[in-house]
Amino acid sequence: MDLSNYQCTGLYDEMFQEDGSCRPHYRPFEKLLIKTHPKKLKQLQFSANKTQLAMGMTFNVYHNEEGLEKILHLDIIPRIIPNTEWLQLEAGLKQRINALNHFIQDIYNDQNILNDGIVPRDLIENSKDFLKPCMGVTPPKGIWCHITGTDLIRDKNGEYFVLEDNLRCPSGVSYMLESREIIKKAFPNVLNKSGVMPVSNYPARLLEMLQHLSDKEKPVVGVLTPGIYNSAYYEHSYLALQMGAELVTGEDLIVKDKKVYMQTTKGFEPIDVIYRRIDDTFLDPLVFNPDSMLGVTGIFEAFKAGNIALANAPGTGVADDKAVYAYVPDIIKYYLNEEPILKNVPTYLCRRPEERQYVLDHIEELVVKETNAAGGYGMLIGPKATPEEHEKFRKLITDNPSNYIAQPTLSLSTVPTLIEDTVECRHVDLRPYILYGDQIDVVPGALSRVALKKGSLVVNSSQGGGSKDTWVLY
Amino acid sequence: MLSRVANSIYWLGRYLERAENYARFIDVNFNLMLDLPPGMKAQWEPLILATGDLELYSKTHEDFDRRSVIHFMTLDKSNPNSILSTVTYARENARIIRENLSKETWEKINELYHVLNQTTERKIWDKKDPRSFFEHIKHSTQLLYGLADSTVARTEGWYFRTLGMYLERADKTSRILDVKYHMLLPTPQEVGSPLDFLHWTALLKSVSAFNTYRRMYGIIDAGGVLEFLIFNRQFPRSVYFCLKEAEDCLHMISDSKTHEFKNGAEKELGALRSKLAFSDINDIINGGLHESIDEIQQKINIISTEIQLNFFQIRQTPFTQNQQ
Repeated sequence: MDLSNYQCTGLYDEMFQEDGSCRPHYRPFEKLLIKTHPKKLKQLQFSANKTQLAMGMTFNVYHNEEGLEKILHLDIIPRIIPNTEWLQLEAGLKQRINALNHFIQDIYNDQNILNDGIVPRDLIENSKDFLKPCMGVTPPKGIWCHITGTDLIRDKNGEYFVLEDNLRCPSGVSYMLESREIIKKAFPNVLNKSGVMPVSNYPARLLEMLQHLSDKEKPVVGVLTPGIYNSAYYEHSYLALQMGAELVTGEDLIVKDKKVYMQTTKGFEPIDVIYRRIDDTFLDPLVFNPDSMLGVTGIFEAFKAGNIALANAPGTGVADDKAVYAYVPDIIKYYLNEEPILKNVPTYLCRRPEERQYVLDHIEELVVKETNAAGGYGMLIGPKATPEEHEKFRKLITDNPSNYIAQPTLSLSTVPTLIEDTVECRHVDLRPYILYGDQIDVVPGALSRVALKKGSLVVNSSQGGGSKDTWVLY
Repeated sequence: MLSRVANSIYWLGRYLERAENYARFIDVNFNLMLDLPPGMKAQWEPLILATGDLELYSKTHEDFDRRSVIHFMTLDKSNPNSILSTVTYARENARIIRENLSKETWEKINELYHVLNQTTERKIWDKKDPRSFFEHIKHSTQLLYGLADSTVARTEGWYFRTLGMYLERADKTSRILDVKYHMLLPTPQEVGSPLDFLHWTALLKSVSAFNTYRRMYGIIDAGGVLEFLIFNRQFPRSVYFCLKEAEDCLHMISDSKTHEFKNGAEKELGALRSKLAFSDINDIINGGLHESIDEIQQKINIISTEIQLNFFQIRQTPFTQNQQ
């Protein structure tokens, strides 16, 4: 493969430096890439796709009758992260999760941070993700956010920024694990030569973390899924399989005397810990959405009584609201008395009049996001949008300022990606996974999502993004 | 085991077996037609009669020509019993309980599904002789059984799948016999004729039983074949054998003694199995072949309903058994 035409001027590329030379940690891979024929690469790519389909490594696309199941395209060229860089990231993520956990515990109990005026009270209390039924609750071991998948990006200087804290049910970890298995087959030697940290013990760590939440000697652990039509069903069943846990749906569970049981062929058996992959408001029709068919009647009472551990605990969503995000650096300082290791992307809160004015005046340079939308929906990418779209968002912001934030458009870093039989640069983000059990653990790997369309900044799988295996080096 | 999971495993077993048997159904007819004397009209209607889907078939078809019948039984999505439908259901059930399957089993089911899903009638018919296609379906399911046999632990899940498989197989073996009943001989005098002989041979071949039968019974006649496929204690596709195996599965699941019963499913299955154990071919012939077969099929339906009620259905009044 000839790499001499690879161009990515003005951007930070993960593999190549400004002068076109390869970064040291990518060198073993560069060597391999150069001596591999493009046809061979295409072949490897083809068999990777085939393996994904055979494994059933698919996600469901909603509202799409034909071809309901799609594979998340896995680009075979890995994204590689050197050790020193990783250690920094790891420290920053641990700090962040630690602080966010303090924050959630606080706002549902003493509310010191609101009383001290660090975070505005109305921002929290008016948030639809602030769950009043959680007031006064302390979940088992005081942990709220057990599983986090934080999204990071790098700007044109290569500096990492946190884009989003996903504290609800972050998905994609199964792709991280299965992608590694596929890439192991494609590039066995160079993987070994480069010295890549393993990720395969994630399910074991996840199980350990979940079991830690119960005081029983052999707690029964289940993964609660909305069912096979959910877009992340593959992941739910994969994780249950890997952990040897039960995969349960709402209809399998029943609450009696504030204890949760599974309906089995031999009657009712107790369950102690649930890794739930359904949203807060669907969890219990008695307390939240009364129309929910997915949840379990009475499970919230059982949770409050300490008889069932739920991961993540209900109510964590309030802390990954895009408006709260802007306060995370202050939150870190407030609870830990430390400077944040990882930066936030500068964020304008439209609820603040002067920042709103700035956003309205500069909308064509900014990315505007709804505070609680996800999956790349409800957003405006200023530089790529038409004047009509700018006007539409100006009106949306003026009508409901609290619902919007804005951020400067950052030029996401790029990474070499196989497009047909050439290698081109594509924008990429990074989602590492953090487990919070008896300690905070960051898995040395991540889901790197790639925007496959040339120049596109949208990496979401639901919007045509692909993924990459992410190698963290020893 | 979760009731919902047990339900899915049981139906996984049934649907896979159903797919395989539909491939066998078509095979039996093909073998038959190839041996027909020239000038004799091929009969495809018996297949539709034996599968019990006449009503559905008649809604969209008037003739029982080869192409229509095979399409209906193979790729027709509107027929819930077509091979494509049953493999799709089998795979859907496998997806639901994937955490209970070995990796190999899941990947093979998934592969079979993708092969079928991408198959067109042209792909089957362009080869003129579509039997290699049906061979593939049979081999794939056999491969799955082999994989399961050597990779799946004999826990509750195993017994539920096996239970589903044997119940389905008992039903389908009886229906294959029914094909012969519906297959008209030109005149009553032809009973025992070479043509009749060809029918029975084709039937034995379709359940992979020809050689075994020859060794055990020698001469091929109606009485022998019927006895072999209904009462034989050793042949793994005979109705009796399948029911006995299914009964053993139930006893393993509920941990009850062999000659007793703890629930309605064991009761009904035990009753049918012992009825067969104390009958012989004369009882079948005296009762009428078709009528006797029909009775067996109805009883199997009752057993299936009982299994549903006892193990899978979400109980309205919980905590009646195994109270904590």
